[in-house]
This record gives sequence, structure tokens and C-alpha cells, in this order.
Amino acid sequence: MTALVINGITILILIWSLRKSPAKTKQALKIAFKRGRSLAPLMLLILIVIGLLLAFFPPKIIEQYLGGENSLGQLILAGGIGSLVMVPSLIAFPLAGSLLDAGAGYTPIAAFITTLTMVGFVSLPLELKEMGRRLTLHRNLFALISALLIAMVMGVIL
Amino acid sequence: MKRKFFWLLGFLGLTALFLIYPAAMAAGVQITTKYALEMLWIFPPILVLMGLADVWVPNTVIDTYLGEQSGLKGVLLAIILGTLPTGPVYMAFPIAAELIRKKAGITNIMIFLGVWASLKIPQIGVEIQFLGLKFAALRFILTLTAILISSFAIGALHKQKEAPGKTTAAEK
Repeated sequence: MTALVINGITILILIWSLRKSPAKTKQALKIAFKRGRSLAPLMLLILIVIGLLLAFFPPKIIEQYLGGENSLGQLILAGGIGSLVMVPSLIAFPLAGSLLDAGAGYTPIAAFITTLTMVGFVSLPLELKEMGRRLTLHRNLFALISALLIAMVMGVIL
Repeated sequence: MKRKFFWLLGFLGLTALFLIYPAAMAAGVQITTKYALEMLWIFPPILVLMGLADVWVPNTVIDTYLGEQSGLKGVLLAIILGTLPTGPVYMAFPIAAELIRKKAGITNIMIFLGVWASLKIPQIGVEIQFLGLKFAALRFILTLTAILISSFAIGALHKQKEAPGKTTAAEK
């Protein structure tokens, strides 16, 4: 359903773009193709990881470690991983979804997603260089705290 | 070279697993296929949307609009420009730095960066697909709220330290 809607919207915008400027549209498709090609190996990898993960760790085990009562340990671990790694969120969503399907709790999954998108450990050097030390520090500190808070709230509500 | 070696190693590892645990691996293949199909459905349109945004919304547009606007209009614009389906956050840092040099409000720039990193519209489509509408909607609302609060706080913090007399209109 979601995919259908997004495909529909994309086709409409694509038609609009084609009418306005075929050259620009061609360029856009080229960019899309290039980005897709550079994401492809990572996608393949994450698909294999999902398959292995769910095949060898049955829902019971995933539930035992990532489900149940929302423990602080889960939150910190998931938040730590999310802050440190740099996975495009496009690819992180399927992985997070597969864990959720397998019985993981909402808090760790939300913590992973929020820290992944809000806190950028890997991009810190670039941010420092462009934005300066004070702003970078403040931004990431606020982001980390709110990311964990959001995850806790989501765990309670969902 | 190293990369090829890595993939070869992975391939060999998978083959070994197939030989040792045929049943579990068969289940794994089924799971992978299911997610692969879902990804194939949703990724091409998202990538096309991002490509179209790259062509039709050049960085200079963001630059001009966000540099000049302030007040509530500036905040709204920072949110809207941030949600556009453009690239990863490290592409936003140079834009943000340029805006600071142009004396745009810190609050707006923080909002722009925060939204850019975590609330991209097409990405949210993927999120709904894999994590559900409730999860995505809740995360969107909570994250936007958090970004607004943090950004105003950071804006206030940096206003104090800045030389007096120079006030950025965006704050408060």
C-alpha cells in the first residue's frame, strides 16, 4: 500500500518533470541510478544479514534480548550502536523492521533509528570543520539526549 | 582487490553454512527474498524522487531562502527545506556553514540540519513500509518537537556568547 502510493506519486512528479525539462529529468534519473548502484552492495549485505539473523536467531531469542520489559541496557546499547555506525537510514529501516517483526521491543529499535539519524559520530570531523566546536558539541549533545528520550517515550506508547 | 576478497569470503562462508545448516539457511533465503521484494518495490521510486529533488532544488535555492527569512516564516522554511529528499547530512554541513557566514539565525540553521538528518519525506515512506505508520508518525512528531526545542535552546545559548548588539531575528 505504502509502496503503491509512493510509486504513484513518483510517476506523477516524473511526468511533470519530463514535461518541464526532459534534459533535467534525464539528469535526475542518472543521479538516481548512480545512487542506487552505490547503495546496492550495502543493500545486498543487509538483506543477507537479515536472512541470517532471523534464520539462526529464532524470535524467541530475539525477544529475550531485545524484547520484554524495556531495560536501560537495551536502550544504551541500541543508542550506542546507532550513534556510532553510519548506515543510510534507507537501509536501516528494513533491518529495524525485521527485528521488530521477530519480536524486538519498540524502545531499542526506536533508539537505534533516532540515534542513527540524529547523532553523527562518523560525520563529526566534517561537522567540526564546517560548523565549529561549540555548535557541533551542542547539537550532538542535544540530539543524543532527545534521541534517547524519544525512544523511551515511543517504547511506552507503542 | 580487498573488496573482492571480502565478498569471496562471504560467499564461501554462506556456502559452508548451507552445507552445515540446510534447513535454517532455506528459511533464511525465504526471509531474504521477502525483504528483497519489499525493497525492490520501494527503493526505485525513492531514488528517483531524490534524483529529481537534486535537479530541481539546487543548494543555492536553499541558501537564498534560508539565509533571508527569519521569525516564524524562517522556522517553517527551515523545516520544509530540511524535509526535501536531498542527500545525506554531510551534504548539509557546508550549506549550513555558508548560512552562518551570511549571519542567518542559529536556531533556523539547527532546525534545518536536524530535520535534514532525520525527517526526510521519501525516507519516511520507507519507514512506514518497514516499521509501520504508527511508528513513523510518532517518531516524526516527537523528533520534530525535540529538534524545535533543542534548536531554540542552542540558539539562545549562542546568542549570549555572541557580541552584544548583533541580534539574530530568528531567536524568540
